[in-house]
Amino acid sequence: MTREVRQLKVPLCREDIASLKAGDEVELNGTILVGRDQAHLRLIQTLERGEELPLDIRGETIYYMGPAPTPPGRVIGSAGPTTSSRMDPFAPRLLDLGLKGMIGKGPRSREVLDGVVRNGAVYFYAFGGCGALYAQRIVSSECVAYGDLGPEAIYRLRVEKFPVVVAADSEGNSLY
Amino acid sequence: MREIRCQEVTASLKKALLQAGVELPGDVKQVLREASRKETGRSAGVLQRCLENITVAEKEGLPLCQDTGMVLLFCEIGQDIHFDRDFNGALEEGVEQAYEEGFFRKSVVSDPLKNRKNSGNNLPPVIYHELVPGDGLKISLLLKGFGSENCSRLHMLKPTAGREAVVEAVLKTITDAGGSPCPPIVVGIGLGGTMDKAAVLSKKALCRSLDSHHCDPWYDELERELLEKINATGIGGGGLGGDTTALGVKIETYPTHIAGLPLAVTINCWADRKGVVEL
Repeated sequence: MTREVRQLKVPLCREDIASLKAGDEVELNGTILVGRDQAHLRLIQTLERGEELPLDIRGETIYYMGPAPTPPGRVIGSAGPTTSSRMDPFAPRLLDLGLKGMIGKGPRSREVLDGVVRNGAVYFYAFGGCGALYAQRIVSSECVAYGDLGPEAIYRLRVEKFPVVVAADSEGNSLY
Repeated sequence: MREIRCQEVTASLKKALLQAGVELPGDVKQVLREASRKETGRSAGVLQRCLENITVAEKEGLPLCQDTGMVLLFCEIGQDIHFDRDFNGALEEGVEQAYEEGFFRKSVVSDPLKNRKNSGNNLPPVIYHELVPGDGLKISLLLKGFGSENCSRLHMLKPTAGREAVVEAVLKTITDAGGSPCPPIVVGIGLGGTMDKAAVLSKKALCRSLDSHHCDPWYDELERELLEKINATGIGGGGLGGDTTALGVKIETYPTHIAGLPLAVTINCWADRKGVVEL
């Protein structure tokens, strides 16, 4: 059974973000970043020292994920979302710096949702537990910062038909 | 006296773990398919993606979820068995080999607080031994993800609390968890014993097949009541809202003290990864 799902380009453009409503199921096509707990901690520590970030996050969408090891001949191992709330203390600052999209699972704090609205951004729910499916929708993966963190480093992924649901939109509507 | 070679234990455990991480048991797939057919809420899409993920994982031989969990092993060991060497060591080898060969994520840290350094091989597993009559060996295994484990709870209820209080505490645990444990969830409940016993029973309950019935009709009825009430919360798949919040509720009990009623609730995600090794 094939369902018609709206296709969306990433990095996201302003018009697309404005058109997204909480509850919409979409599929992402293009490039996204990957980063989770340790990478977020380092980004914020870098900012607190008054230093420059190792990459430009303006306009980017970040996926909260730490993959399973990559089997030979594949781009990436199993690659489903992790719980977003652990990134809540860091996300508002990154949104204020121009981050436009976040992908993970579970509810977010008030501060993050306010940051989404304030900056015209979006929070996507990725299907929890669907690591094999997401691995299949990732066509390339490249480490772009903090390589010493291994699976917790920051990666840039090229994705095709990467399924997500809009969980919090830029007008303040949230599924949770 | 029966002699079991530990090499055999390692090999069959490895095989069962490799399968459990990639392919869901038939009973779980069946309940998910039925739920997907019936679901009309927002989580209909979630259930469809779960089914899609099951197909991809099986076809490509990839782990269903990147959190391939911490391994729990319930060993029922016939008292007439003799093992040719260290039994626990054989189990550990099985876990280590499976996580390496299956490209499963190593998710265990050696010390919980001091430095949280990854053990690098997903060791150790959590092992429970039970001595039983005869010469059979049965190992029930769970690959326990921690998104759901973090939502599990223990309630030391009053001895006079009664059935309603148990239902209330279970429902509170589930609603507090909301969408975090990757619903639709499977719920394992341990009732009675001591604090630790109840917790172990709640894990043991997860080993039961979803289509099994409790041998005591009173608890069978309670399992069904809980499942109905959990699904009535409307949390739904992924917490996006819908009629399928749980795929099953299983209860295990043990006698307890006159002064208490321990209740443990273990929540498992929809990727209810389990298996059995019998030698």
